Amino acid sequence: MVVRVQETDFDVGTELAALHRNDPQIGALASFVGFVREMNDGAGVSEMTLEHYPGMTEKALAAIVAEARQRWAIVDALLIHRVGRLLPGDQIVLVAVAGSHRGEAFAACQFIMDYLKTRAPFWKREVTADGARWVEAHAADEQAAERWQT
Amino acid sequence: MRLKILYFAGLREQIGQGSEELDLPAGVFDIAGLIQFLVARGGQWPSLATVRNLRYAVNQEMARLDTPLCPGDEVAFFPPVTGG
Repeated sequence: MVVRVQETDFDVGTELAALHRNDPQIGALASFVGFVREMNDGAGVSEMTLEHYPGMTEKALAAIVAEARQRWAIVDALLIHRVGRLLPGDQIVLVAVAGSHRGEAFAACQFIMDYLKTRAPFWKREVTADGARWVEAHAADEQAAERWQT
Repeated sequence: MRLKILYFAGLREQIGQGSEELDLPAGVFDIAGLIQFLVARGGQWPSLATVRNLRYAVNQEMARLDTPLCPGDEVAFFPPVTGG
């Protein structure tokens, strides 16, 4: 299990190959990549800065991935989240889950993203034509995370 | 009781600093009491009471209003998270 918080970009192909590492018990590898959008809440975004809580962020991410591994019989998982200044089109986050079958790989990947959005201490500050603003949390993200609590 | 307190994101900007070390008076023993104590200092501190859905962590774990505080704890206040 790999969890990284970093300013630098990542190469998806390299990261997925490292997760797969030719392990023949892996039959499915599901991944999600999040990017900076050029529009948010009706305004053009020229750049974004991601702030985090060093120490707690890494612990929170590790706990989310560990919970995914408890819930599903997956082989391995990878989570990389960038911080610092980003531009539209830049990669923000990569979640990848390797398992024997696609069902648990898809589910665990979605679970990790839904929990990350609501439980990991990151904050987005975006710059628009009207100046800088902190991105507001969305109720839909909370609802997406809550559906796993059954 | 001495504590380290951290503020993040919009709350850090409203309060005007990212961290402080603080000696708590007797009688403050949980998050609710700490918020009350900080807000009573006036100035920019009442922001803590007006932030929508304020979140708090003690020693880097999410906490509740009744989470107890111990000497040396690291307490963090922040708005709802928006990563991913």
